Amino acid sequence: MPETTTTTTTTVTAEPAVAGAANGTDTAKKVRRAGRAGIGWYIAWTWLGAVVLAAIFAPLLPLWDPAIPDYTNVFGGITPQHWLGGDTLGRDTLSRVIYGARASLLVGICAVGLGALVGGTLGMLAGYFGGRTERFLSWVTDVVLAFPGLVFIIAIVAILGSSLANLIVGLAILSVPTFIRLSRAATLVVAQREFVQAARAYGSSPVRIIFREIAPNVVLPVAAYGFIMIGVFIVVEGSLSFLGLGIPPPTPSWGGMIAAGRTELLNYPHISLFPAAVMFLTVLSINYIGERVRKQFEVKESNL
Amino acid sequence: MADTMATTPAAPATAAGPGGGTGGVSRGTKRKYALRRIRKRLTHLLLVLLAVTFLSFVVVDLLPGDAAVVVAGDNATPEQVQQVREDLQLDRPVLIRYVDWLGGVLTGDLGSSFRTGQPVAEALAQRIPVTFEITIVAQVLALLIAVPLAVWSAYRPGRLVDRASMTLGFGAAAMPNFVFGMVLIVLFAGGVSSILPATGYTGFFENPLENLRSIILPCLTLMIAEAAVYRQLLRSDMTSTLQEDFILMARSKGLSPMTILFRHALRPSSFSLITLSGVNIGRLLGGTVIVETLFAIPGLGQLIVQAVFNRDYMILQGALLFVAVAYVVINMLIDLLYLALDPRVRRDA
Repeated sequence: MPETTTTTTTTVTAEPAVAGAANGTDTAKKVRRAGRAGIGWYIAWTWLGAVVLAAIFAPLLPLWDPAIPDYTNVFGGITPQHWLGGDTLGRDTLSRVIYGARASLLVGICAVGLGALVGGTLGMLAGYFGGRTERFLSWVTDVVLAFPGLVFIIAIVAILGSSLANLIVGLAILSVPTFIRLSRAATLVVAQREFVQAARAYGSSPVRIIFREIAPNVVLPVAAYGFIMIGVFIVVEGSLSFLGLGIPPPTPSWGGMIAAGRTELLNYPHISLFPAAVMFLTVLSINYIGERVRKQFEVKESNL
Repeated sequence: MADTMATTPAAPATAAGPGGGTGGVSRGTKRKYALRRIRKRLTHLLLVLLAVTFLSFVVVDLLPGDAAVVVAGDNATPEQVQQVREDLQLDRPVLIRYVDWLGGVLTGDLGSSFRTGQPVAEALAQRIPVTFEITIVAQVLALLIAVPLAVWSAYRPGRLVDRASMTLGFGAAAMPNFVFGMVLIVLFAGGVSSILPATGYTGFFENPLENLRSIILPCLTLMIAEAAVYRQLLRSDMTSTLQEDFILMARSKGLSPMTILFRHALRPSSFSLITLSGVNIGRLLGGTVIVETLFAIPGLGQLIVQAVFNRDYMILQGALLFVAVAYVVINMLIDLLYLALDPRVRRDA
């Protein structure tokens, strides 16, 4: 899933930039500016790539065991053995940050993937069929949105127990309404296009039209938005771990590490600082890339 | 969590509806239209309310873990648990309990806590003002910072203010609010300086000055990411407004830039901002849990979380009802505000 998202988004960024260069109108200039790859773009991709690779290959890297306490390293500072020092139990911070990336990325990517799949499909149905389907779905969306999201997740975790799967499903449910709205808006635009009408005149079934004609045009804006949501969910997972409701210890997660250092914040700020910095940079990279990509596919509801 | 959902400017459903706009309709038709729109919206939102409360009732009931067992305590005998279950009327079918509860709500009775026996209405009355104060102050701060920055950025795009506020905004939006809150605590409440209290809350009527001091850090924490998102949103809407003909007209009349920006351009540009701000207020009322936990503030968020852990369903149900009603009412208000703000909506819609 991470591979597909990233590849689709990168390939597409190039296209509008080229198209924009062809004529000199004002919008084209804007598009060109958004698509032009600045230094920040490369830094963001490099950081993100490094985090993802480190997370994937963590077991192969020469790291300390992230779960084993070392009493000689409690509150340890930066040393040649422990590059980022040790935490309240003396566990190696670098190793825990890298293993924590696994949890954070897994939650973010899986929840977004699931939410985008369900929400994207429902949104296409709402946009294509309109009428009763649409009204029903808009009602469902409103119900979910009227329900406080954090409370929902807390309830799931408090009652079903905190596990990776529960977190992912809970977050996915919360993201579905937004994906429905987005995909519905994109569908409304595409459904007017000639090739869809041609397919309809041709006698194609609605299912075929939705999945063969409309879906390919809806996937991109949904994926671009989903990319940003990965960053959002990384923060949410962190917030839950901060409340003690995230991924259960001893599995490291960024939010859990930040929370663990909270009591020693004034004496040993580095315990919270390093995971917080890594989380910050990762989310920043995702937002930076996502924002640029999303601009190209923005579907303004007011334009419909 | 939903802190985070903020990035989605969710336009209300009606605003997105296909507009079959006709120009010169009579005043009476317009008014009739507006009324019909309000009525339709109201029915829709009432249905949403019913669904939210019913779903939370059913879901809470279906979830594993018996409230009676939790309430009776660890050492209770099966008979005692049964007694508690009957006392709390948990042995009756969920549908009947829901209808009962709904009847209570309509007559102003929200029931009382399983745990402490405190009436739910009383518990809510203690907590809501706290969360409400923090939410509103944070929103006002966020708008006060975001609006001038956004207007200036749109007026002089690519210049210092625009670029600096964009960079800072990106940073702020990527910073989880509990991290920002911790940084603030280190800076102002114990680490670098100790000019503000790190935790606790003082009521406004107890001591207005202390109250102000106790909400500064929580409000700053809540405000920062919102301000970033608001600036971004308003700047982009403002940029497109500034390219419209009526701005050119205003400019050629020789109006001052300030008049054009704030009196002519701001109003039609503020739709998404108002929507998002409204959505955020509704969302924050139930979602300041993290900030409340970090700063030990006895607000609605803490009440809800404790209710979940204690299986105190009556409290939970009452709190959720309040959050849902707030969401619905705010949505209504936003919708009406559209009508008031931009005459074009009255005609087109």
